[in-house]
Formats: sequence, structure tokens, C-alpha cells
Amino acid sequence: MQKFGVFRGAAFGQFRSERSIFSFRSFLRKKIAMEVTQVLLSAQAVDATVRKHAEDTLKQFQDQNLPGFLLSLSGELASEEKPIESRKLAGLILKNALDAKEQHRKYELVQRWLSLDVAVKGQIKACLLQTLSSSVPDARSTASQVIAKVASIELPQKQWPELIGSLLSNIHQVPPHVKQATLETLGYLCEEVVPDVVDQDHVNKILTAVVQGMNANEGNNEVRLAATRALYNALSFAQANFSNDMERDYIMRVVCEATLSPEVKIRLAAFECLVSIGSTYYEKLTPYIQDIFNITLKAVREEEEPVALQAIEFWSSVCDEEIDILEEYGGEFTADSDVPCYHFIKQALPALVPMLLETLLKQEEDQDQDDGAWNLAMAGGTCLGLVARTVGDDIVPLVMPFIEENITKPDWRQREAATYAFGSILEGPSPDKLTPIVNVALNFMLTALTNDPSSHVKDTTAWTLGRIFEFLHGSTMETPIITPENCQQIITVLLQSMKDVPNVAEKACGALYFLAQGYEDLGSSSSLMPYFQEIVQSLLNVTHREDAGESRLRTAAYETLNEVVRCSTEETARLVSELVQVIMAELHKTLEGQKLSSDEREKQNELQGLLCGCLQVIIQKLGASNTAKYAFMQYGDQIMNLLLRVFACRSATVHEEAMLAIGAFAYATGPNFAIFLPEFYKYLEMGLQNFEEYQVCAVTVGVVGDICRALEGKILPYCDGIMTQLLKDLSSNQLHRSVKPPIFSCFGDIALAIGENFEKYLMYAMPMLQSAAELSAHTSGVDDEMIEYTNLLRNGILEAYSGIFQGFKNTPKTQLLFPYAPHILQFLDSIYMEKDMDDVVMKTAIGVLGDLADTLGSNAGSLIQQSVSSKDFLNECLSSDDHLIKESAEWARLAISRAISV
Amino acid sequence: MATHELRRPFKRPAISDQQRRREISLQRQAQNRRDAQHQARCLASTILTLQPAQYEPAEPDLQLQSETELIPELEIESQEHRRDLRDIDDVRQASRLKGVEARQWFAKQLMLPEWMIDVPERLNTDWYVFARPAGKRCFVVSSNGTTISRLRNGSMLHRFPSALPSGARTSKSSHSGQSYCILDCIFHEPDQTYYVIDMVCWAGMSLYECTTEFRFFWLNSKLVETGACDAPSSYHKFRFSTVPIYNCDQEGLNAAYTGPVPYVKDGLLFCNKHAHYQSGNTPLILVWKDENCSQYVIDTDSKGQVPNKQQVVLELLFDGKLATSDDPPVIFGCLNEDFIQETGLQAGNLLRFAISDGGLSFVDGKLEKADLHYLGKPNRARAFADSYSKVIFQYTVRHSPLRIEHIYASISLSSEQGNKISDLDMAG
Repeated sequence: MQKFGVFRGAAFGQFRSERSIFSFRSFLRKKIAMEVTQVLLSAQAVDATVRKHAEDTLKQFQDQNLPGFLLSLSGELASEEKPIESRKLAGLILKNALDAKEQHRKYELVQRWLSLDVAVKGQIKACLLQTLSSSVPDARSTASQVIAKVASIELPQKQWPELIGSLLSNIHQVPPHVKQATLETLGYLCEEVVPDVVDQDHVNKILTAVVQGMNANEGNNEVRLAATRALYNALSFAQANFSNDMERDYIMRVVCEATLSPEVKIRLAAFECLVSIGSTYYEKLTPYIQDIFNITLKAVREEEEPVALQAIEFWSSVCDEEIDILEEYGGEFTADSDVPCYHFIKQALPALVPMLLETLLKQEEDQDQDDGAWNLAMAGGTCLGLVARTVGDDIVPLVMPFIEENITKPDWRQREAATYAFGSILEGPSPDKLTPIVNVALNFMLTALTNDPSSHVKDTTAWTLGRIFEFLHGSTMETPIITPENCQQIITVLLQSMKDVPNVAEKACGALYFLAQGYEDLGSSSSLMPYFQEIVQSLLNVTHREDAGESRLRTAAYETLNEVVRCSTEETARLVSELVQVIMAELHKTLEGQKLSSDEREKQNELQGLLCGCLQVIIQKLGASNTAKYAFMQYGDQIMNLLLRVFACRSATVHEEAMLAIGAFAYATGPNFAIFLPEFYKYLEMGLQNFEEYQVCAVTVGVVGDICRALEGKILPYCDGIMTQLLKDLSSNQLHRSVKPPIFSCFGDIALAIGENFEKYLMYAMPMLQSAAELSAHTSGVDDEMIEYTNLLRNGILEAYSGIFQGFKNTPKTQLLFPYAPHILQFLDSIYMEKDMDDVVMKTAIGVLGDLADTLGSNAGSLIQQSVSSKDFLNECLSSDDHLIKESAEWARLAISRAISV
Repeated sequence: MATHELRRPFKRPAISDQQRRREISLQRQAQNRRDAQHQARCLASTILTLQPAQYEPAEPDLQLQSETELIPELEIESQEHRRDLRDIDDVRQASRLKGVEARQWFAKQLMLPEWMIDVPERLNTDWYVFARPAGKRCFVVSSNGTTISRLRNGSMLHRFPSALPSGARTSKSSHSGQSYCILDCIFHEPDQTYYVIDMVCWAGMSLYECTTEFRFFWLNSKLVETGACDAPSSYHKFRFSTVPIYNCDQEGLNAAYTGPVPYVKDGLLFCNKHAHYQSGNTPLILVWKDENCSQYVIDTDSKGQVPNKQQVVLELLFDGKLATSDDPPVIFGCLNEDFIQETGLQAGNLLRFAISDGGLSFVDGKLEKADLHYLGKPNRARAFADSYSKVIFQYTVRHSPLRIEHIYASISLSSEQGNKISDLDMAG
């Protein structure tokens, strides 16, 4: 209202007109406010019609007047008179108006917020900060989250500089609930914002406030809990503070003290902080490791389970760090290594291993049936496995006595724990160390799997056998643990176990999976092949079990069947061909049911997925062998018809597994695939339109590539449709970004297939490639994930250019590409200068240079010679150790020398 | 606040098989894409323009050319034939040629060394040297699952399966029809081995326009990878082998000249490092022989005897001149019209002569006069006249041979010169 005071000195008439407008607005605002409450409550109504209507109204409001909408939501949230339900929902909608999971949507929302009027934003932010003092906990908590979202948008833009200051001032002067809400806000803020947008002075103040809140002197548990949780998020900001001995000591002392709080939530949060410190500040742990060890040891033995689990997790995290370090540096440290390995695990080993072994005895009765089970025994076994990977051979003598002592005890818990311990340490120690033990244990395990009265023991035994095969069996092992002599017994036992209860049968399938995998490179000398038919039959029997739906047994059986097929040899090719008929018959059966309930439909869908997956594996296997391919192609029509019928089962979406199978089929069939394309095409288009299930879209894009290579020029009649779809996909904000690089590569596939006929798509494809290239040229200072994505994008763009150049080569239309050459060379130069491309991009990029020179020839000679790529980049690639890069570089050198010599 | 993510339960499978199938599919697609691009690139890199010079009268199959006026039909036929062959500008097409056409095409593709009649400059820096295996010089072509070797005149020596890319029909060979190789070899009878002395095309990629340095590097890195150097087996009938190649400095020359090799030596080959592979005679490859490194220094006649007078094969041109196979040809003399009519000789015929006592006379290093004595027509298998360098080398072998000491001396001389120049550079 003060704003309108400036008009007081003006002419009366003018004043009146302003007043009247103001009154009208004010009236509207009040009316809207009243209405908003009602609409927000209706949006949570039980009655779906009421709910729907309310949602539509909100949407309409938002579309017509965004600033007004956001203002009224923030007003709603801040208003103590309003019901908590409407306040919470107002906050939630506000939060969702600021952030989205999908990258593009998120970007849009951020831009939308930034472009709002400053005064509107100021008012919203004031409402949010005001809500932190609310007496209603849910309102405070909601406001905390929204503030953090706004901060994550504004702080990187150097806006809202007063935020942290005003939050910190809250800490000192207000009642505990405000202090609690403020600490919670600081926690969310640290979670949302990247550390480098907060200056060190503010970081120091935040940490001071947080650590003070955590201190044992803090009388209010809510405050102490909020502070401890806030520290968890603030840890990544504390790099400088952790480098300062005094500050680090202080933080560590407060965290350790908090693990002793009488309040279990605080202890849990404190242990979570310890876990995070263990991985974020591994290199600073030395002075505290002994204390932490004592604290965690006590917690594992005495604490409530959630806390004890975090105590184990601390050691698992330290293992993760040491495994990474040891892998990276191969155990040898030079002065310039970033972080040396302090071998905390090795030092703690004598006390750590017994503690973990104790946890193994704390199994739950039904843990093998419950997919989500996570308990002390499982966490302990997992940690033991990580410890084994960290220290290798040293763990074996510490675990063996436990195994020997317990493996024959009458109590199933002891036998199971002993077996679990054995299974856990099979990855890490050297085969030399393990093989003699496994040779002795193998027979025992096979007997236990057959005879042990406890399903728990059998479950773990079958799993352990799987681990033995996974890590100690295969062509690279010096002394084979599986010989033609014991192979038969192993197979007999495993096939027998597949008839056991579902969870045991599932583990037996898993063991067979790894047994087969170990023979992958052996070819005809595989000891498994004599049993091929028997194994396949047993697996098919498993898939037909009544209870195959439990413990993902059916899935496991098909997965194992797939692996057995993958590892089969030429001699069994005939049997694999016969399997095609069996799988086709099964698939046919799934198509017979009519009028399915939604539950039945889901089961049908899942089974079709497994069967199509199996067909895909078989097609790929037989397609790779010239003789077998010929034999199985007689089923080509039938296979394709079945797959088309699987597609027809659904109305709006396509089956991903069926699509994968079609890709393999197109590759195996080659040019003959042309006869199937007219009927298949609509599903191809449907797959390309599937934005929601982006995996389906991605798989379909891959299949377009397969078909291009199979049909070459014959794909031309379909290209208009395909290109239209692909271009739509690229311009969509909804589509997951991971599909975009393969779409660019697909442009290359199409251009290579149809050659100069790609001409009509140039005017659409080239600008898209060009703008994507500009975006991906620089990654400057973003995270690893973004760099990885950028490289994927670059590779896609470059593959497109390669395909287009090669497609136009030796045609009269090459000059059409000439205008794009300067930009493409500039793109190559800029990614070279950026120095962050990976080997794949390097190889593709230097190849594009060759393709450009090859296709444009002497016309581009001087352009090429001016580019950095043709000199420094090419030379770097020529002297690369990577064989593929070198080969592409040789090609480029050849093509360039030809282009400039002519 | 986000709680720490729970670990994946240890006893559950690590990745789903579906994810694995997806990944395998993606890998296969990426590989197929690479293959497709590679093929597209290879198609380009094999374009080989045949030089018109190779169709000049030196060719026996075109010997009717001089009779244009007399037999016009034949002229047309031969013209057409030329066009056909000229259309083959892609080695891949050539690799599919059969019978007469293949013979005609391949007869023109080998790079033929000149004989070393004087020592080239910068031998120690710009040249390689190796001991040439004794045996039959041939092209070995692998394509479409079979391997064929062709002699210098284009006729077939062997057809056999080999471990070269596309060299045999084996199930594991993933090479497509567009993958093929052309190797320049010497077939060495005693150990039934193809010694590869140059690589012209490899796995579909043409190396014609690459330097010797690169071709030898590629040859040495690629050949072994394929298993072509392994002992013969059912899918690999003959062993292939590389030869030890040296930089032509003192030690290299010594190693090539005296060093032990698993084959019978037949002289030394000197190759310029910067030369591209080119068909026909080239001064960038030189052959040199003496009695220590070759059994066949002096040419023998068809019975294997050294004739007491040097024999040369020259081509009769339409104006009666007698020419070598060089481009441009060197004229050794002229037959008079009466003699041609009497003997029924035709332009394009190859004729054998003995060099009589008058020998060869030179003025300013150029041949001025040759004392030739007509002997008759050479063996039908002969495709070319002798080259100038061959005639001169054979002549000097009989009179004042270029000895290995001369070559050593020229190397040490040029390396000294090299030093001097670099000293000057340093001082400057």
C-alpha cells in the first residue's frame, strides 16, 4: 500500500482512478485467497470428480496468472489462520513449480522463476522466511524445503545474497522451534546448492551454527537432531574446515558425542555423519580411527538395528574408499598420488572380522523370501565381502576357523553363517589361496545342497556355489576347480536343486549361470556341452513350475537358459535351433488368452518379455554362425509373425524385449528383412514415439540402425516417416536426454544407407547437429556425469557427420555439404582444445576429419590445412596407444594427403 | 534429509539379464556401425587410377596396335578391351577378376625394381635394405574366402585357403566380402613359404598412396595378428613370413648382406622410404646382386647356362626402333625395313639379341651405341622387354661390377657429409 503513497500529491482525479483499481485488485486478491484455500482442500478430496475439478482450476489459475498464482500459494503457506492441509499442499505445489526431475523441465522452471518480477519474488521469499517461525511444524518444514529450492536457483545467479545472513540471525534470538526450522533449512540448502556458490565466510558461519546446535549443551533434542541432520548435508561444504586441525577435531568430537546421545534419532543421524565423513574425508581419518572403531564396535553389538547398520556401513564405506584407491594406484604410491591408502581395514582386521562374523549369526527367519530384507546379518556379510576385496589373502586365516567351527553345528543359524562367511570371501583373495580350500569344500557344499534339512542353509550354499563358479572358474584360471570328473556331479546336484523350494531353486539357477559363463571362451572344450540337452530341459521344467512366480524363479531360469545358449558351441547349434521351436510355441501360448484382467495382462507381458529375451539371445547366437543361421532362417517368417503379434497385444506402447529381438533378427536376416518392414513399420514408429518409456525409445532407435544396415537403400521409402519421428524426438523436452546421442548416430546410419537421398533431410538435420555441437563443444567445470554425457553427445554428433559424409561420397551432390565444412572443422578444433574428450570421441572425431577430406577432396584442402585438427590433433592421434584411434588417424592422414595433393 | 542409500543386498544378482541383453545389443550395434563406416571408408581408399603409360605399346596384349590400318576390327576390340580394364579403378573389383582379364590386370600391377647401376644419394638416411628371397615374385590376393597368387606375368601360381583376412571360408571369419588383401610376395620353394616384401592392400584398405615406411610398418604389425605367419593348417595352406628389413646404414647393410636368413638369398633390395607403391619400373626400388648373396648374378638362358655373350630382350617399335621396357623407352638400335619384312616381325614383338664384341658405348653417361646381334624371339611367357637398368647392370657385372665395397663407401661418405652439414648448421 505504501507503494501507492507516491500518488498522494498528484491530481485528485488521477488519485481516484488509481485508488479504484487498487480496490478492485485487493478485492480480487481476497476473493482468490479464499477460493485458493477451498481449491487446495478440494484437491485432496476423496471424491475423484471433486479432486479433478480442483486440479483443473489450479492449473487454469497457474496458466492465466503465474505470478498471482505463486503469490497466493506463498500467502497460503504463510498464513497461520489457514488449515494445515491447504498450507502443506500450497508449499508442495510451490516446490514443484521450482524443480523437476527431468532435465529440460527443470531448466524451464528455473528460467521461469528467474524471469519473474523482482517484487513478486521478494514477496514470496518474505512469506517463506516468515513461515519458518510458524507454530505448525509441517508448515515450517515445508517452507524449509521451498526456501532451499529457491536458493538453489538464485544463489548461483548471485541473487538473494541476504538469505544466509537472515537465516543465521534466526539462530541467535528466537525460540527453539524457529531454531530447529532454521537448521533444517540450512540442511536442505546444503543439499540443494553446490558448494562453490556459497563463500567460505558463510560456510564458516553455517558450520558454526550447525555444530553449536549439535553440541551436547543444546538442551532441545529437536534442535540437536535438526543440527545433526544439517551437518550431514553440510559436510561437503566443509573442505576447508576439515583441513584445519582444530576445527576438524572439534567437528569430530561433536559428531562422536552425538553418537552417544540418549535420543536414538540423534545417534542414527550422527552415525550417518560418520559414514559420510568416512568416504568424503577418508584421508583425514587417521587420528580418529581408533575411537571410531570403538564406537562402531559397541554400536554393532549393543545398538538398535538401524544404528548398528550404520555402524557397519561406516566400515563398508572405508572399504569402498580403499578398494578404489588400491585399484587406481595398484597398491603403489608415488609422491603425486592424490590420496594414499592408509590401510585402515588391514589394521582393524583382527578385531573387525570377528565383529562381522558375529553379525552373521543374527539372521531373520524369513529373510530369504523377502526381497527388501536388510538386516545385521546381511549388512555384516556384505561388509565382510568388501573387507575380503580390500585385504585379499589376509582375511582367509581369520575366517576359516569360524567356518570350520560352525559348518557342522546342529543349529541352522551356525551352518548358514559359516556358509555365508565362506561365500562372502570368495572375491578378493588369490585363486592360489582359495583353490585348495574350494577343492575340499566343493564336495561338502554339494552334499549340503542335497541333504541339509534347512532351506536357509541350502539357499546360501547354492549362492556360495555360484560365487565359486563366478570367481574361481573360467578359462583364465591356472588350476581348474571343475574337471570333467566332478562336472557331472555338480550338474546333477544343481539340476536336482532346481526342484527345491523357489528361493533355493532360484539360487541353483544362478549357480548354473556362472558355471556356464566360465566356459564362455572355451568353445568346444566346454565340459558342459554333453549335458546341454538335459540342462535346457531342466530349465524349461523350472519355468513351468506352478510356483515359478515366487522368488523371481522363472526369470532366473530364463536368464540361465540365455547364458547357457550364449556359451554353447557349434556342436550344439542343432539343439539351439530346436530350442527356437520350443520358445516359439511358448510365446504362441501367451497370445491365446483373451480378455485378460489387468493382473493377468501384467503376467502375460512379463512372460512375453522373458520369451522374447530368450529368442533374442538365440537369434544372436545362431545369426553369428553362417551354417546355423541358414538352418534357423527357415523359421524367419514364423518368428517375425510371433513378434508382430506380441506387439499387437498392446494398443499404445511397444514391448521393449520384442523390439530388442527384432533388432537381432534384422541383423541376422540382412536384406531379406525388407519383406517384413511394411507390417513392422507402425510398431517402429510407435517405439520412436514412446517418450515416457525412454528405454523403449532408445532400443527402437538402435533397431532403426540395424534395419538401415540390413536394407541399405531399400529403407528409403520409410525414411520420411522415420526422420520425422527422430526430429520430433530431438526437439522434445520430454524425452530423456540419454536417447539423444543415439538419435544423432542414427542419422549417420540412415545417411550411410540411403546416400545422396539424405539430401532432403540436410536442411533439418544439419542445424540440429550444429546447435547440439555448439552446446557440447564446451563442458567447462561441470561434474563427471555431465562430462560423460557431453562425450556421448559429441560421439553421436560425430557419427552422424561421418555417416553423412560417407553417404554422399562419390555422388554429384557432395558440394551440398561444403557449406557445413567450416563449422564441422571448428567443432573438431574446439573439442580438441577443450581437452576433455574420451577415447571414443577422439577416435570418432579424427575419423570425421578423414571423412570430410575424403568426400570434399581438394575443395576443402585449404580449409583443412587451416584447422588445428589437421595438425596437432592428428599428430596426437597418430601417436596414440589406442589401436582404434591410431587406425582412424591413419585413415585421416591418408584422406587428407589425398585431398591436399590433388 | 536424505538417508544414506542402503547397499544392494549381497545375495541378489548384480545386474538384470535384461540390462545385459540391452548392453550386448548396443555393443553389437556399435560394432556394426563401425564396420559399416570402415567399409565405406575402404571403398574410397582403394581407388586406383591406372596410368595410361602402362597401356603404351610395351604390352603384349596390345601388340596389335600398330596394325590399325590393316585390321580395323581388331583395333576396335583392343580399344574396347583397354576401356574395360581402365574402368577397373578399384582394386576390389580387380580382386574379383578371373581368367584372362585377371592375368592382364595383375601383369601390370607389380612394382618392379630397377637394377642398381649407381649408388643413390642419402642411401643411409632415406633407404631400407633387405635380402631378397630367391623364388617367384608374385601378387597374393585374398578375397571372398579364397587366396590366389599370380606371377609377374599375371598367370596363376596357387589357389588356396589362408589365414589372411577373407582368405578362407571359415565360420569364425567375420570379414565381409569387401575385405580383401593384396600382398607383394616372393614364393620360396624350399620351405613353401610366401615371403611378403610389400603390402598393397590390407583388409580392404588400399596402401597404394602410403609411403614405404608406413606400408612396412603396417605389414609388420598386421600380418602376424591374423595368424598368417603360423604353420600351415587345413584353413591355411601356406605359411607367410615377413623379411627382416634394415635401415640402409653401415650395420643395416651389413646385416642384410651377411646376416643369416631362413631363406635362400637372391640379391639385395633397396627401397626408398618415401616412395608410394606404383606399378611398373621404378628407380625408387633397386636390386643389386653379387656372387656372395645370389646364385643368379649373371642371367642364364632357358637351359640354365650362362651364355658367353650377354643377351637382351628388346621390343620392336613401329618405326623399327628397338626399345627397353622403360617409360620413356631407351632406344638400343633400329632394324631396317627389309629385315623386318624378311623375318615377318611386327611392331610390339619382343626380340632377343646378343651383345657382340663391340659392346655398349656411352657418351656422358648416356648410351650411344650398342653392338647387337639378333637371336630370335624369346620365351612366350616373357611379358616385357628388359629394362635399361637391367641391361646395364648385366653388362657391368661382366665388365666392371658395382661391388659391395662401393656401396659401403658411399654410405660412409654420405654420413660424413651429413655430419659436415650439421656442423655448419651448428656454427651458423
